Amino acid sequence: MATTAVPTRGTHHTATAPSYQSGVWSWLATVDHKRIGILYLYTALTFFIIGGLEAVLIRAQLQGPNRELLSAEMYNQLFTMHGTTMIFLAIMPLSAAFFNFLIPLQIGARDVAFPRLNAFSYWVYLFGGIFITLPIFFQLAPNAGWFGYAPLTTREYSPGINIDFWVIGLQILGVSSLAAAFNFITTIINLRAPGMTLMRMPMFTWMSFVVQVLIVLAFPVITIALVFLLFDRFFGTNFYTIAQGADPLLWQHLFWIFGHPEVYILILPAFGLVSEVLPASSRKPLFGYPVMVYSGILIGALGFGVWAHHMFAVGMGAIADSVFAVSTLLIGIPTGVKIFNWIGTMAQGSIRFTSAALFAIGLVALFTIGGISGVMHASPPADLQQTDTYFVVAHFHYVLFGGSIMGIFAGIYHYFPKITGRLMDEPLGKIHFWLNFIAMNLTFFPMHFAGMLGMPRRIYTYDSGQGWDTFNLISSIGAYMLVVSTAIFVYNFFRSRKNGEVAGANPWDAGTLEWSIPSPPPEYNFATLPNVTSRYPLWEGNEKDMESARVNLQEGKTAEQLHIVLPYSTIKPLIVAGAMVIMFCGLITTKALIFVGAAVLVGSLYSWLLSPLEPEHH
Amino acid sequence: MTAPAAHHYTSTGLDSRKIAIWAFIGSECMLFVSLISTYLIYKGRSLVGPFPHDVYTNPAGETFNPILNIPVTSASTFVLLMSSLAMVLALAAVQNKDLPKHTRGERVLGSSKLWLWMTALLGTTFLGFQAYEFTSFVHEGLSIRTNLFGSSFFTLTGFHGAHVTAGVIWLVTLLAIDYRRGLGPNDALNVDIAALYWHFVDVVWIVIFTVVYLLK
Repeated sequence: MATTAVPTRGTHHTATAPSYQSGVWSWLATVDHKRIGILYLYTALTFFIIGGLEAVLIRAQLQGPNRELLSAEMYNQLFTMHGTTMIFLAIMPLSAAFFNFLIPLQIGARDVAFPRLNAFSYWVYLFGGIFITLPIFFQLAPNAGWFGYAPLTTREYSPGINIDFWVIGLQILGVSSLAAAFNFITTIINLRAPGMTLMRMPMFTWMSFVVQVLIVLAFPVITIALVFLLFDRFFGTNFYTIAQGADPLLWQHLFWIFGHPEVYILILPAFGLVSEVLPASSRKPLFGYPVMVYSGILIGALGFGVWAHHMFAVGMGAIADSVFAVSTLLIGIPTGVKIFNWIGTMAQGSIRFTSAALFAIGLVALFTIGGISGVMHASPPADLQQTDTYFVVAHFHYVLFGGSIMGIFAGIYHYFPKITGRLMDEPLGKIHFWLNFIAMNLTFFPMHFAGMLGMPRRIYTYDSGQGWDTFNLISSIGAYMLVVSTAIFVYNFFRSRKNGEVAGANPWDAGTLEWSIPSPPPEYNFATLPNVTSRYPLWEGNEKDMESARVNLQEGKTAEQLHIVLPYSTIKPLIVAGAMVIMFCGLITTKALIFVGAAVLVGSLYSWLLSPLEPEHH
Repeated sequence: MTAPAAHHYTSTGLDSRKIAIWAFIGSECMLFVSLISTYLIYKGRSLVGPFPHDVYTNPAGETFNPILNIPVTSASTFVLLMSSLAMVLALAAVQNKDLPKHTRGERVLGSSKLWLWMTALLGTTFLGFQAYEFTSFVHEGLSIRTNLFGSSFFTLTGFHGAHVTAGVIWLVTLLAIDYRRGLGPNDALNVDIAALYWHFVDVVWIVIFTVVYLLK
């Protein structure tokens, strides 16, 4: 495979593309997928830090036996919001930041299929995130766990306003995810550059595509589960009223039919990012590309057939338990294939151990540990011992922190130069990695033991003398170290944004399309739509690939000079999103708000739909 | 409903809106699957009446007849099915707007306004039937709070009714555009998308009618 002579590092650099407008308004009204991606990135990192601080408070409370730092009620709110924040406000939107920024660049498109809908998704996410987060500052936050099991969450058992915030907040966030999913599915199917066949798409785009399909099929189910809960709480329906004959498992089934695909919604984007980072740092194409595609699809498909393994303890009977145990074990196969293929990608490569590569390798190692403990509680008899203990907490933190978060950090280090035009500091990045890696294991590995010794989840304190004290102390020390490592990351992030080394178009000598354009990319991404003839156009492309790459490397041209039509900036998606959230707020404040919100919503939606997306062609 | 960038290059040659509406319909399927499954799970599990297909006598000795009025709902189902026919004709009229029309029949068939009106009116008639059904149920003692049947029935059919309402608003919007500047072949895709949505809502009703009204 010949590495080509496309100029890369050290080319002339402009800090911001010249045709971009600046100022607050330009960000509020932006419909540019790259800017929306950056908005997602900053917002989601903020929520990641909030969710992390919630976890630190939890760890401080559990540091030793019988501590009284937090009340039981406050503890309930913190673990509920920690889970909700990390899943819906941090990991999913961090993935969305990459969907937004990368998918059009990877497939050779100028933007997503529906730029204004894309802006709408972001604003709904932001407002929904604020809506569900604010109550914690008034000690009114949701307090029934991120899974919100009904009937516990019905008005009878959770009379306060806390659960209302959760039900409505998740409903709002669902709108954001669904709107984005329609957009990305369409973008990936329809806006691929000439020659970018499905089997030439970069693996991140492939995994994102699987995720969007999962979102489209899984989110409506939780929407309905939440509608039932909302109706039960506000209008007195009986969906979860056991005294009226309701099925106590209805919520659990509906929730986990959503909830298990959600797990793959959280992890597959990270798998995609790692599948970009490892080939670039091993200087080898991804090993077994087609199998990687099929295993990703298989993981997504099987993900819909395993939900009841979250419910082995409720007594579904031997047949149901067996079926779900088998389907769960099956998922281990495509997942294992991915692990081996990453190892195959690195094998005999000349690996550069950049921070991004370290985090990617970290994912491969830590996710495997989480995967193995997952296979352990795929077996119902084992699961009955482990369910609702810290063993499960250890398991899903290995897959979500060791997997998703490590993958996302790999993605941030890898794509930071594409996003900002500057490299992140490597020594600080490596310190961040090692501290993070050690602290992560220190925090979560002892939880396996605490869980095996019987420590239940969601208890706000415990008595001494049960063998849990040391493990908890170690976990808490690990959590404090994670604060330090994250602080180093944040410092590195902001320092490098201003003073990092100028990156040039392709600092990693990577092979995919996003590296064929300047960093940061111009508003229009590609001066000319690329012609694609291979999976790694910059590594193994022919003269046709190279020609479009050379044109696209030009800097400093404006869209007008190139006669490229770009969509108008518009504030309308923000207004529609705001009106929608105001409408939902009406449910818990005054009913008048519902009508005000609905009126503004309809008016601004019509105004949006009836105004042109972009200037007419001449 | 301005055309976003129909002139841009696309990989499939299809307009992006067409792909997006299919993705949307996919998610709507899961929405109704969840609602219908819940209805089926709770079928026959209500502790108190009124029941859909059976007589119920409460402890006080009052008797409630089976509450579903199948003949009336069959009529409303027919109305909704006919609205799909009108929708097909409306789309054909928009697509063929520029063809010369010689006979009176061709002019009638070619009137997009007529068929959009018909679709919207038939849809509204269906909603009228539903409003009548809901109010008569409440008078007979079945509300959304009464029992599991009431909760799952009103939520399922109410969600469907809300979808029909949104469809009617969509059709009226198209009509307004038709009156303002006339819908032509360039707008066919916008009408096509509205039609896909409308037919989907219609198909869902066939399932609901079967599951709720015909299945004893």
